[in-house]
Amino acid sequence: MLIATLHRIIFLSLIFVPSSVFAQESDSLFRTSRVPILFFVVLFSIVIILYTRWAKLGKTLFIRKIAGLDAVEEAVGRATEMGKPVLYIPGISEIDEIETIAGIAILGRVARITAQYETPLIVPVRYPMVLAAGQEVVEQAYSEMGKKDSYHKDIVRYVAGEQFAFTATVNGIMMRDRPAANIYMGGFFAESLLLAETGNAAGSIQIAGTARPEQLPFFIAACDYTLMGEELYAASSYLSHEPILLGGLKGQDFVKMILVICIIAGCLLITLDSGDWFKNIFRAE
Amino acid sequence: MRTTVPVVIAFISGMIMVVGFFFNPERSFLGRVEEEVLQWVTIVGGFTLLLGVVSIVRVNSKVVKQKKAGWIFNLATLISVFAMAIPSMLPVTKTSNLGSVIYSIFPESWGSLFGTGTGSIYDWLFNYLDAPMMATMFAMLAFYIASAAYRAFRARNAEATLLLVTAVLVMLWRIPMGEAFLRLFSDNIPGYINSYIMNGVNVAVQRGIIIGAALGAASMSLRIMLGIERTYMGKG
Repeated sequence: MLIATLHRIIFLSLIFVPSSVFAQESDSLFRTSRVPILFFVVLFSIVIILYTRWAKLGKTLFIRKIAGLDAVEEAVGRATEMGKPVLYIPGISEIDEIETIAGIAILGRVARITAQYETPLIVPVRYPMVLAAGQEVVEQAYSEMGKKDSYHKDIVRYVAGEQFAFTATVNGIMMRDRPAANIYMGGFFAESLLLAETGNAAGSIQIAGTARPEQLPFFIAACDYTLMGEELYAASSYLSHEPILLGGLKGQDFVKMILVICIIAGCLLITLDSGDWFKNIFRAE
Repeated sequence: MRTTVPVVIAFISGMIMVVGFFFNPERSFLGRVEEEVLQWVTIVGGFTLLLGVVSIVRVNSKVVKQKKAGWIFNLATLISVFAMAIPSMLPVTKTSNLGSVIYSIFPESWGSLFGTGTGSIYDWLFNYLDAPMMATMFAMLAFYIASAAYRAFRARNAEATLLLVTAVLVMLWRIPMGEAFLRLFSDNIPGYINSYIMNGVNVAVQRGIIIGAALGAASMSLRIMLGIERTYMGKG
């Protein structure tokens, strides 16, 4: 009921913009130069909602295998057999970054598996707000698996606010505690290789995921599995196996297909020297 | 209730940001609300800092008390936290508007040691301990890159060999001596590397990843706003 009401509100608020607001850009209330983005937002919302509804109605949706995510359970299993902990890092960005939220969502799934197997979990974080969110998610996961007694607040711990102080602490944990599995999911910067190479030297199985293309080569070189770009955002839905969440992924794929068609059309039109009209449709400030 | 309230807050906050993006902040109420909400995030973040301090003290003091392996490092962390925090926050003297000293904890000559100004304890620790240690960690990256490159560029199969050759060409082009060396074979080689490898193949792949990631981020944001995705709260 609530979701249906929210759907109606989002449509109404996006569609019923008074026509008087479309004046000259500098004077107007509405930024007319951003109309292409508005069109994209509306299209994207409609597609995601439609696919989610189809998924709710029981339509079978095919989602390709993501090896890195299938390996998560295997990695936790290995840690359980070895009697060693699992180290999970939800990136080093603040909670207002969507990558961190994706990292926290995956943490919930990983925590359920570690709770089920009673495998120790260590989650060092760089920001106190991520600490609060992480503690909430892990506590909920342990509680849902009926292992509330195994949960303690120090599973998710704040280690340092400085980027390289954080890295030094986590590297220390890797070398002293020798986790059997290291999972990096979220936003990473220059410390990505420092962490992944140390984990590699410690002999841990490593799974990484980030949406930052400049850090991906480092993770690919030093980790066993790497989730690239969109796979990070798809991970929580993929691991949940819930049709409603998978519907959102299919909707995303549909929009991507439209974009690929637009890119091919744009390449052809530019090659045929048909002017800039097509390119200008996508121009936004 | 524990699920509904956060979902409603996420929806309202998300809608403010989305709708505010399309309105002129100088002329619309929504644009100003967007800026206001961003300020709230900073304020809430400031308050949660206390949570971080509590966590760091609890985790490290437990290890020190139990004398676990490497406890000396945890002790160093605890000492560092307080050594940086206390001198920067101690009020030495408080002066009234008329210029008279209202109270004084330490002799006035010690005043420059406290706070975060030049010459303070905090400033000294930051400049002579914190900053060099950060720089050391960053500098170590060069050695890590070397060891990762050694593993990545081993010519195990055709694809790995292609990667090795491409990487060698790009690395040579990036250094003056390498560029001079490449020019011995042909003047066009450095330009070819720049145009086709870096600006062609490399950019095309990066853009593919960026477009996918942007769509993924937009999709996830929408799922969170509409309450479809609740896994970030540990639900679902």
